[in-house]
Parts: sequence; C-alpha cells; structure tokens
Amino acid sequence: MNPELKGYMLLSVIKMLVVFTVVLVGVALLTLLERKVSAWMQNRRGPNRVGWGGLLQPAADGLKNILKEETFPAEANRLLFLLAPAMSFIPALMLSAVIPFAAPLRLDFDFTAGPLGRFVHHGLMPMVVADVPVGFLFVLAISSMGVYGIALAGWASNSKYSLLGGLRATAQMISYEVAMGMSLIPVLLLSGNVSFSSIILEQSRTLWFVLPLFLSFFIFLVSGFAETNRLPFDLPEAESELIAGYHSEYSAMKFSMFFIAEYANVVTVSAMVATLFFGGWDVPFTRADESGVWYWVILSHLMFFAKTFFWIFFIMWIRWTLPRFRYDQLMALGWKFLLPVALAYIMVISGAIYALEHLAGVTSPLTRAMALTVVSLVLGILVFRVLDRGVIVSGSQPRRQRLEPDLLRNPLGGRTDGVRVAS
Amino acid sequence: MTQPYIPILLLIAFVIANAILMLGLSQVLSYGERTAVKTAPYESGMPVLGDARERFSVKFYLVALLFIIFDIEAVFMIPWAVAFRQLTDISGLLLIEMLVFVVILAVGYIYVWKRGAFEWD
Repeated sequence: MNPELKGYMLLSVIKMLVVFTVVLVGVALLTLLERKVSAWMQNRRGPNRVGWGGLLQPAADGLKNILKEETFPAEANRLLFLLAPAMSFIPALMLSAVIPFAAPLRLDFDFTAGPLGRFVHHGLMPMVVADVPVGFLFVLAISSMGVYGIALAGWASNSKYSLLGGLRATAQMISYEVAMGMSLIPVLLLSGNVSFSSIILEQSRTLWFVLPLFLSFFIFLVSGFAETNRLPFDLPEAESELIAGYHSEYSAMKFSMFFIAEYANVVTVSAMVATLFFGGWDVPFTRADESGVWYWVILSHLMFFAKTFFWIFFIMWIRWTLPRFRYDQLMALGWKFLLPVALAYIMVISGAIYALEHLAGVTSPLTRAMALTVVSLVLGILVFRVLDRGVIVSGSQPRRQRLEPDLLRNPLGGRTDGVRVAS
Repeated sequence: MTQPYIPILLLIAFVIANAILMLGLSQVLSYGERTAVKTAPYESGMPVLGDARERFSVKFYLVALLFIIFDIEAVFMIPWAVAFRQLTDISGLLLIEMLVFVVILAVGYIYVWKRGAFEWD
C-alpha cells in the first residue's frame, strides 16, 4: 500500500467509527427524546428517575434488553426469525455512510507510525464516510432493503398479528417508495448529478431546493413518514389492532434491533430532507463554507445538525399530533394522490426548465431557480386548494353518505309494510 | 475509481459484525426456560386458534405487481433526469421523449385505477 492510500484508509476508518457511534448513541438518545416530547405534549414529565433528568434511561433500557429472556414461538421458522432483525438493522445503519455531514475539511498530514509505515493526506477531505459518485442511488437502493427484514419478521413469527403487520408494512413501504422515487427526479433535474456533494453545491450556488421544488419536498416528506412506519402511517404496528404488528413475537435484543432500525431510519429520512431540500451542510448567504478552513467546517456541521434535528423533532411532533390513517386512506393517498402529482410535477419542472433555457433565454441558475420557485408556489397552492378536499382521501362519514344516502336515510329500503320499527 | 467504495465495504462488515454481536450476546445472556404456554403465538391471551400460514388478501399481490411496474418507471427516469441537464442541446427532444413515455404510463395508470386496483374497501 502506498502512503496516500494508507492515509485515506486511516481517515475512512476514523470517520466510519465516529459516524457509527454517533448514530447509535443518537438513536438511543432519540428514544428518550421521543418519550420526553410525548410527555411535554401530554402535560406529563416523562422519564426522570435514571440519571440527570432521565438522561441515563436509554442506557438502562439497552442493558435491560440485552439481559432479558429470548423467546422463540414454537411454530416459528427459527433461522428466518433470527435473521429478520439483522436484515432490518443492517441496511438502516448502512445508510448513514453516504450522507455528507459537514463541508470538506482541508487536512494535510505526513507522519510515520512505527511498523505501520507512512501515512499521507493532502487537500480537501470530504466529511462523509464514503464519498461515492452514486450516493443518491445508494440511499434509494439500500433503504428499500429494509422491507425484507419486516416481511420476514412478519412471516417467520407464525403469528396472526405478526403476519398482518408484516403484510401491511410491506405493501405500505413499497407503495410509498414509488412516490418517493418519483418525487426525487426533479432534484436530479436541477442538480444534474446523483452525488450528494454536487446536489449540495448546486443548492449553495442557487437556492435551497425546498423553494424551487416545493411539491417534491412535500411528497418526499410524506413518503418518508410512510417509509419509516411512523404515525400517521404506523398501521403495521397499530397497537389497537395488531398489538405490535410485525414484532409482536420478538423480545430482548431482537426487539431492540427493530427499534434501533426504526429510529436510524428516522435519522436518515431527516438527514435526507435536510440534504436534498435544505442545503445539507450549506451555511446560507455565504460561499466561504467551502474553503475548508476548520471553523467553517465546524459551523457547517452545526448547520447540518440543526437542520437534521429539526426534521427529527418534526417527525416526533407529527406523531403526537395526528391520528392514524385508515388502511384504504393510506393506499389512496399513496397511489391516487402522491404518485400522479409527482409524475405531473416531473413534466412541469422539466418543461419549465426547457422553456426558461430555450424560449426565455435564461442562463443564470439563480434566476432559473427563482422562476421555478414561482411555478412551484402556484402549483402548491393549486394542489392543496383544489385537488385534495376529501375527494381522494376521505373520512368514512362522507364516503358512506356519498355511496348510499338513501339506504342510510331509510334502512329498510322503503318497505315499511308488515315491519315494525322499534322506536 | 473504486476507492470510495472501500469504506462502504468496511462499514457493511462492521455493521454485520455488530448485528451478530448483539444477537449473540442476547442469546448468551438470556435465561429462563421454554414452556408450552410461553412459546405459543400471542393471541391476546386466548388459546391459539389454528395456524398463521393461511391465505391472505390478493390485494397485497396486486400492490406488489403495481410496485414493480411503477418503480421501474422511476428507475428509467433517473438517467433521463441526469442527462436532461447535461445534454442541453437536445433537451427539446428529451422532453418530448419523456412526454410520450409519461403519456403511455398514464394510460396504464388510468386503466389500473378504473379497474379498481387502488380500492381497498
């Protein structure tokens, strides 16, 4: 190995260990945060006995889960039953590898560490575990692998609740994956590249994509809720119907691994929203954050952290605010609303880019982004005001009235002769 | 060229090792005995009725089929979207091509909707 490769490997291993640790510890703290947030919203105190203000509660929970008894349902398929938590844990934690968490840092070192030899690094170091040129596709591909773990868990448990939960989760996740994939096409239309670093650079060069691609952002956010099985789309584990859904039969660390996977997915979705639509580590109104000086790198990392944390909090906020959807409403929202809107939006955005460049002669990316912002704003208002007023996703009451008004008004269908209606 | 993928392989190995460690540790430290009641599937405390390996609604298969069709459309669109910004001199042609593609897709979509594949009640 040459010294450059060795320096690269050293940095990669350090970054990998740091990111992995931060994600795991962050997930542990998020379980506490979720309980605290729910407590605040319901006028309770939440966990406050273990450690300072309950800060050690996640550690106690983790320890307890390792020491608990492992149960195996008698009829379960043991291999798949064991494999399922790992299958949802592994992809969830791999996703953090490709998301840039700070601006590139200028780092030069050249040292010899005894028998290990010489380590060299010169120039900008991307602050991401793996700066792959296909980062965006990697996230789409790996995040869909989480379905396997859930489907396997539901089937292998050989319990009716688990099976129903697993089926619902699978159908829901693959349905919203379509809308999610389609909603991200306009991001590629604007950035022209699938690597996260170029998507962030394009945003720092023009506007954050939440403005020119507002509808994409909305569709992505809604699909993100559904992909992570969080309220208002948590039908796979709706406790009033299915106990705990696909992980009803799991105990001890296997249950914990599903839990970690869910929260790691929440972190990833929040980080994706922050990266794709809110500029990632970009510090607004300045380009100095790309210089690689250490204090700008720290500031950009704080920006990324703040944006991600806001969306994590937003997901929890929604969870304790909105009630659960019905299953037919969930499917109708995904297939009849988000998918056609995403498809139409792709055509509108590509048509608008073409019109701006070739018909109006706009060459400046900033002007184009501003024009697209106006287009998106108009479309957003149209979509929210016209399209979805209980037409596609409706409650049970209006639907019943629309379908059978006469039957409801007169349940006996007009035949009153010979039948006494109890009053 | 392949250098950025080395850390991903490292991370995959590390995460798999962690998963095995977690499962193994939990197995080793686990205690207690298996009784017939404990290993029965959970059905809200009632005696277990039959088996869970039963038939389920055909709607789930339908969703899986639709997913394959529409997700492949998304896969086709990704390279198109990247090329649309890079091949600016033929972007009019690219736009018309995608329009034709989406119209064909929309015909199928309307057919599926009218046949009631999205209805769940």
